[in-house]
Amino acid sequence: MNERSKTKESVRPSIATSVVGWFKNFKFSEHSTGMAFILVFILASIVGWPTFLQTRNMTNILRQVSYTGIIGLGMTLIIISGGIDLSVGSMTAFVGGITIFFLNTLPPNSHWSVLLAGVFAVIFGAFCGLFNGILVTKGRIAPFIATLGTMSIFRSLIQYFSGAGNILSVNTVYSEVGTGRFLGLPVPVWMFFIIAIILHVVLNNTRFGRYVCAVGANEQVARYSAVQVVKTRMIPYIITGATVGMTALLWSSRLNSINSSDCIYYELDAIAAVVIGGTSMTGGKGTVIGTVLGAIMLGMINNMLVLGGISSYLQQAAKGLVIIAAVLLQYNKKN
Amino acid sequence: MKENRNESLILQTRNIVKEFSGVRVLNDVTVGIRRGEIMGLIGENGAGKSTLIKIICGIYHPTLGSLAMNGSDVEINDYITAKRLGIALVPQEFNLINTLTVYENMFLGNEMVVKGGLLDKRQMRERAMVQLEELGMPIDVNLRISELSVAEKQHVEISKALLLDAGILIMDEPTTTLTGHEIKTLFALMRQLKEQGVTIIFVSHKLQEIVTICDRVTVLRDGNLITIDEVSQINEHDIARKMIGRDFQQVFPAKKIRSGDDVVLKVEHLSSGKMVKDVSFELRKGEILGFAGLVGSGRTETAETVMGLRPVSHGSITLAGKPVTIKTPRDAVSLGLGYLSEDRQGKGIVQDFDIPQNITLISLGEYLKRFLIDKRKELEKSSRYVDKFNIVAASMRMGLRYFSGGNQQKVYLARWVDTDPQILILDEPTRGIDVNAKREIYDFIHSLAESGISCIVISSEMEEVMGLCSRVYVMREGAVTGCLEGDRISEEQIMFHATGIHDTELLGRDS
Repeated sequence: MNERSKTKESVRPSIATSVVGWFKNFKFSEHSTGMAFILVFILASIVGWPTFLQTRNMTNILRQVSYTGIIGLGMTLIIISGGIDLSVGSMTAFVGGITIFFLNTLPPNSHWSVLLAGVFAVIFGAFCGLFNGILVTKGRIAPFIATLGTMSIFRSLIQYFSGAGNILSVNTVYSEVGTGRFLGLPVPVWMFFIIAIILHVVLNNTRFGRYVCAVGANEQVARYSAVQVVKTRMIPYIITGATVGMTALLWSSRLNSINSSDCIYYELDAIAAVVIGGTSMTGGKGTVIGTVLGAIMLGMINNMLVLGGISSYLQQAAKGLVIIAAVLLQYNKKN
Repeated sequence: MKENRNESLILQTRNIVKEFSGVRVLNDVTVGIRRGEIMGLIGENGAGKSTLIKIICGIYHPTLGSLAMNGSDVEINDYITAKRLGIALVPQEFNLINTLTVYENMFLGNEMVVKGGLLDKRQMRERAMVQLEELGMPIDVNLRISELSVAEKQHVEISKALLLDAGILIMDEPTTTLTGHEIKTLFALMRQLKEQGVTIIFVSHKLQEIVTICDRVTVLRDGNLITIDEVSQINEHDIARKMIGRDFQQVFPAKKIRSGDDVVLKVEHLSSGKMVKDVSFELRKGEILGFAGLVGSGRTETAETVMGLRPVSHGSITLAGKPVTIKTPRDAVSLGLGYLSEDRQGKGIVQDFDIPQNITLISLGEYLKRFLIDKRKELEKSSRYVDKFNIVAASMRMGLRYFSGGNQQKVYLARWVDTDPQILILDEPTRGIDVNAKREIYDFIHSLAESGISCIVISSEMEEVMGLCSRVYVMREGAVTGCLEGDRISEEQIMFHATGIHDTELLGRDS
């Protein structure tokens, strides 16, 4: 073994030839998300010239996509495991509202209160996710139906608790979380990237991640290989719940309040990011990085339409077209 | 060229060759079916029966060769064409929709309509009723399929075929799920159809049935046509011999006579559902134990029960003298058990996983370094298996989907070997793989046994059981019907225990 690697070392080609080699081995089909990302970027740069490329615009796009992007990261795991979660939008509003209730019981001027509320949001979100997970695994309800149900439940609860209006935070430093910046980047963007890196490692380098892929690819194979299928299918819902909690924290702190109609259609944006990122809707295959690119791509397209002066009413249509195109690409790759 | 001579043949397969990704499953098969006869088609699993039928029905296309009807060539490109030509298939797994009624199923795809495009339900009901009555099976046509018994479903399936004026009826193992009485009724029906001029191809691996109902019998083995005989001139023994007989000394390594006396696994009175009834057996250290029997005899189900994949309703399992409770596959694996499923595609490999990912699926815990998978170790260990098993792979990173059956099986086997099992159950370990890979797997099972791992080989291939195993349990209808040892392991003995036709000289009965 050692000898072999030594010989490899000695004949290691120069950097230039290895770059050429990398391009030779480059398979477009394996990097279609990346290629699409570059394409959209170039297109947006042209349409939105020169505003699009300005730092402020860029960070704005990133901030805009980070809320649903964070949820999309958890959703990636759910979809790879063969499930789906439609409840994330209402869950965000619900968790956000309850978090503010919790925060309001704490000392109003303390940063410790905010930190505690943050921890609370993530844990409470995880419990909401656990509820979905139990319905899907123990209750054996199809994920689509189970989370359609909880979507209604969470939305109804937040409307009830808020009296169909706003839940306001009385904390004076809470909004620092959502509006703050660190090294020039908004806090939500940092969270988006940090969670992405964590979940990327979880998916690719842990036993759990491997099992999620196996269960999503073929549940029977996983069962016959002594994989704990129920646990493996449940945990992605819990993780997604936690990401929902994070988004709920960031969103509610940005405006220092939650409205009962906040975060509607978040589930669609999150799922769209996953799909555009190349994750297979039938499960078994997908990447977290793809979802990051997918989320940013959606943001860039929106931004491009705004800068290009296209009616904001048409933005949803553009998003729809991109989703359909992404799925068509996937489908054609399979055949 | 011989068309004139073949005019009495309603259907003929001419030099049919079929290959699946390079593996030849049918080799130059020429069979002529006479008008109005019942032709038996018999052979072991993997002999090519199903493939041949599917070619006749247009579901598969032959790699080489052609089909002829009434002496002239026909092209059957899909099942719809076959139906139009009067060929109908009664599949083993019924093709009926449970939530629709009997008549709706019978007319599915051929609905009768009144002017304007609405369904003519009245006439469909009437015709369905008439058809069922003609067969002596007055089933209420308004019942849903889910309310019918298995035998009734079969009659609906047959009536459905006959509604289309089928001249040739192909029945794929129709008796597997029927009781003795129902089989009698079915045979009466077949005779009646024969009188009405319907030609029947009857696929089975039950000798007795072939001899009872058929005029002639075609024997297939390993994709080759062995013989076509008049049933009146042949007996069950001859058919069995033709089904099996091959020079199998070449393929199998020399049998190991010595096996330890320590019992590593003792299963007593194990029952689970309807498929495992009061099964008891013993496995000794380092032995290769065989489980023979027909498809559906409960061998797979027994193995799955031992592995914790099915609930134990009764009975006990003892490992190396210690009674154990196995509720999940995880329990089984941690106790040193392994089970290579017969369904490689559906329950074995992950198609989109590459070689290392597939091999380490169960033993992944061994590759963790602070919660993270040590991918270098994974790759190194997998490379060793690739060398050891002679797995032909263009790249370690390629999905298993693109591998041949034999290479997939070796990867699957490597996964279990990597769990370091004490006992390995191999269910149809050589199904659907070519002869060379088969031989390699046999050698490998041997080396496993030599290294002290006790193996159970479940196989429907007679010579596999005979060539590999020092002892053989035979199962039928969920129960163990015999245990054979040494010289008593022979085709006849196994066949008789498996089919229930007992030889009086036999002593190896457990019951």
